[in-house]
Amino acid sequence: MRWISILLGLSGTGAVGFFAVREIIMYPMYFFELVLGGLTRGSIYALIALGYTMVYGIIQLINFAHGEIYMIGAMTALIVATVLGMWGWNTAVIVILAFVFAIVYSCAYGFTVEKIAYKPLRNAPRLSALISAIGMSLFLQNYVMLAQTPDYLPFESLIPDFQFWEPFAHIITSVEITIIITTVIVMILLGLLIKFTRIGKAMRATAQDKVMAALLGINVNNVISATFVVGSATAAIGGVLIACHVGQINFYIGFLAGLKAFIAAVLGGIGSIPGAVLGSLVLGISESFFTGYFWSEYEDVFAFAILVLILIFRPSGILGRHDTQKV
Amino acid sequence: MPIKQQLKQSLIIAFWFMILTFPIMVIKVNTIQNIIVFRWFNLLWVGILTFFASLVWNYFLRRTEAGKKKDFEDDTPLIHRLLQNDRFRRPFLGLVAAFFIAYPFIFPMYHTSIMISALVYVMLGLGLNIVVGLAGLLDLGYVAFYAVGAYAYALLNLHFGLSFWVVLPLSALLGTLFGVLLGYPVLRLRGDYLAIVTLGFGEIIRIVLENWDEFSNGPRGIADIPAPTFFGHQFNQDNTMIYIYFIVIALVLMTIFFVHRLENSKIGRAWIALRDDEIACQAMGIDKFKTKLTAFALGATWAAMGGVIFAAKTSYINPMSFTIWESITILCVVVIGGMGSAIGVIAGALVLILLPEYLRAVAEYRMLVFGALQVIVMVFKPDGLIKSVRKVYTFKTSQEPQQEKIAHGTHT
Amino acid sequence: MEPILNVKNLTMKFGGLKALDDVSIAIEKGQIAALIGPNGAGKTTFFNCITGIYDPSMGDVQITPPGKSTQSLRGLKPNYVTERGVARTFQNIRLFHGMTVLENVMIGRHCRLSSGIIKAMLRPPSQREEEKKAVYDSYEILEKIGLDKYVNEMAVNLSYGAQRRLEIARAMATEPFLLLLDEPAAGMNPKETKELDDLILWLRDNENLTILLIEHDMKLVMSLSDRIHVVDYGKKIAEGNPQEIKANPEVIKAYLGEESDDA
Repeated sequence: MRWISILLGLSGTGAVGFFAVREIIMYPMYFFELVLGGLTRGSIYALIALGYTMVYGIIQLINFAHGEIYMIGAMTALIVATVLGMWGWNTAVIVILAFVFAIVYSCAYGFTVEKIAYKPLRNAPRLSALISAIGMSLFLQNYVMLAQTPDYLPFESLIPDFQFWEPFAHIITSVEITIIITTVIVMILLGLLIKFTRIGKAMRATAQDKVMAALLGINVNNVISATFVVGSATAAIGGVLIACHVGQINFYIGFLAGLKAFIAAVLGGIGSIPGAVLGSLVLGISESFFTGYFWSEYEDVFAFAILVLILIFRPSGILGRHDTQKV
Repeated sequence: MPIKQQLKQSLIIAFWFMILTFPIMVIKVNTIQNIIVFRWFNLLWVGILTFFASLVWNYFLRRTEAGKKKDFEDDTPLIHRLLQNDRFRRPFLGLVAAFFIAYPFIFPMYHTSIMISALVYVMLGLGLNIVVGLAGLLDLGYVAFYAVGAYAYALLNLHFGLSFWVVLPLSALLGTLFGVLLGYPVLRLRGDYLAIVTLGFGEIIRIVLENWDEFSNGPRGIADIPAPTFFGHQFNQDNTMIYIYFIVIALVLMTIFFVHRLENSKIGRAWIALRDDEIACQAMGIDKFKTKLTAFALGATWAAMGGVIFAAKTSYINPMSFTIWESITILCVVVIGGMGSAIGVIAGALVLILLPEYLRAVAEYRMLVFGALQVIVMVFKPDGLIKSVRKVYTFKTSQEPQQEKIAHGTHT
Repeated sequence: MEPILNVKNLTMKFGGLKALDDVSIAIEKGQIAALIGPNGAGKTTFFNCITGIYDPSMGDVQITPPGKSTQSLRGLKPNYVTERGVARTFQNIRLFHGMTVLENVMIGRHCRLSSGIIKAMLRPPSQREEEKKAVYDSYEILEKIGLDKYVNEMAVNLSYGAQRRLEIARAMATEPFLLLLDEPAAGMNPKETKELDDLILWLRDNENLTILLIEHDMKLVMSLSDRIHVVDYGKKIAEGNPQEIKANPEVIKAYLGEESDDA
């Protein structure tokens, strides 16, 4: 098994390397565009993947409803922006309020979902919690569909085309660069939060050993709630940004985006925050190449194929720890 | 907790939900025509509903927690107690049989058609029950095997003119084969990873069917799939429906029969033990991987046969019939009906599939309710509506070794 | 004669940590051998390496079943190890909770039954016979272990001591020639421990078993064992009969260095 994986890895890298070099020499601009497109895509994945990886790190649950939280973030921003726009508010205020509402509401939903669907199942078999999570995802999707509309809603970008960016706009648009920069800022803030704050330390302690953390006086329930809230906040930012980028949203966008982000988290090593970011960028860029050079209609197949290969050959992901079964 | 405090708590919860659902429930935006509608009444409804819901929720939550402390008690579901009682069993089963035999002759064709769909779900549910309920493997790509069966019939008929009766057993083999092929790489994975990977495989098969035009005719699908014949005789439309109905009934009976036998055999015991404790299982000499693979492949066998029936009944298939939501619907049938329980799965399929068909008003809310039910069942009644009652091997202390057929124990 | 279990230079690394470091242990046929050592010395890891739950980093595990030639267990999956006649119990009881006592033992019969899927669906006479026999054989084992009065109870409802005995019964059902017991007396009262003592001797004498046990109850170890192997920090520090071990300064040092629950 190990030799097969090494062989596959080497030949794969070789083939890709050869192809990449040829392409870079022949069409450098196209290659560059694909890299930037992949970075943008990867940044969004990273914002969502963080929620998956943090929750998994703490309660070992695939929070299936996480993609829906992201969708609700985007939907809330759309609603707030439209209403305020009709009332003729100042654009800058609208942008700020849309982001604030999206984040606050996503956090509230993430918090509530945990309290309803996961907290009562904390000591139940993992399968039960996972089924509950799938149910929650189904519920939230249909809730938004029924309360709003099943159709796509055009979403007017909240991010204007910056004047100063004009000279570079043909390479990478204002929206795209905003996405990348925002992601970098969010990652840094999150890193600081986890490394230095009280709650961050409590999170790390809880992730390592729930029982011990509780004995040391950490309120584990609060830490878990905080994890959901933080994960939801980053997902909401991702949701609003992607809506600006794509220009339309509906109740269903969370499902696929959530899955892709989950794949990215697994790719990087689930439970590891740097892993989630790295996995997202790798997935984003390789997807971008795949659709750019090969078949765009098989984009999702490609992502799933990566997931299957990773799980079979290196289940702990790129940066994940190899965990040994306890007997 | 005193009642006053409970009411206060529920009021706070209701208020929280009113705020929480405010943007999505109250404001409806249409960014195409730039219309905003405020639906203030929704806010009221949300408040009232969540107030009572939280009262009920907390009541049951407390009861469940209190229940956990109690020892094992006889909570065998009523239907099992009836079936165990010899005086009731025969008349009861007779009545059920009479109802199902008379059904297509009493009710108009439309109802027969719906009942066929429900019965196909019974088959699918019983098949998935092997995988999820008995072996404890969460398979979210089950619909892939359903698609394999449906497309096998459509394509083999289109290209080679093979008839229903040839394809049906063939599809069972094909389903098993696909089960082994897909299961082989993924069944080494841990439970929750397995769920995601099977979901991925299910989607891959659907996307391939959608995009590989030369093979599957893409999103346009395949039309004019012939109905089954009776020794070469083709019935008229109404009679064909009745004919298919009885074929499904026969297949469901066959499924129940075989699944029951499998469950109470060496392999069935191994599945249940594997769900309980994988490491102890291996220490007992059970091949973890092979046992999982048989469960996965056998589940696929029934899904593929269900697919053939589906194709023959609708005479038209396209990839849209095989989305992830189909997998989740089948999963709901198993989970809500009662994991591991054949009667639960049958009841689950009939209720979950028939009810939305007849209550058109609620059909829209079907998936919403399914989702909510999944959460509620997992939180309050993890065994589903009808808890599984396994035949427990017991030993009579007489001279002759024998198995007693009476079930009195339950498993979780 | 070849030893029935011959573990050669076994090393197990977890990352940088050596849980087992070059441990060699040989056990003769018909012995009752004990593996002792302070908590965390690597005893359970040793069992896990033999039974295939871990794949050791270095070294070899060889068995010589009675009347058969020597073979290596290294790299075999746990179920194949069981099939070859090495059965074990677990330190933290791992019974199938949703099942009756009888059914737990029947799971143990699994690898000695031959009917496959097709036979299970068609139930020819051979399969029916086999199933009947499985129930009967399982009952017989329970009788031997002294659990026959609980035969139709749910496994969870048994007392702690009885659960430990059921683990032994379940392991017996796999027809082993070598039985590995991981702390069989943990949590037992003195009376239960005495009964366990008798049971282990009886198993050795009447079932032709060789037994290797991990145990903290020194009284039990000293009275039962023909040979004792001591490990500390993953290394084997001593081997000998109970008298030799009691007098061994290395062993005394290892035990006095830490808290221990021995006598």
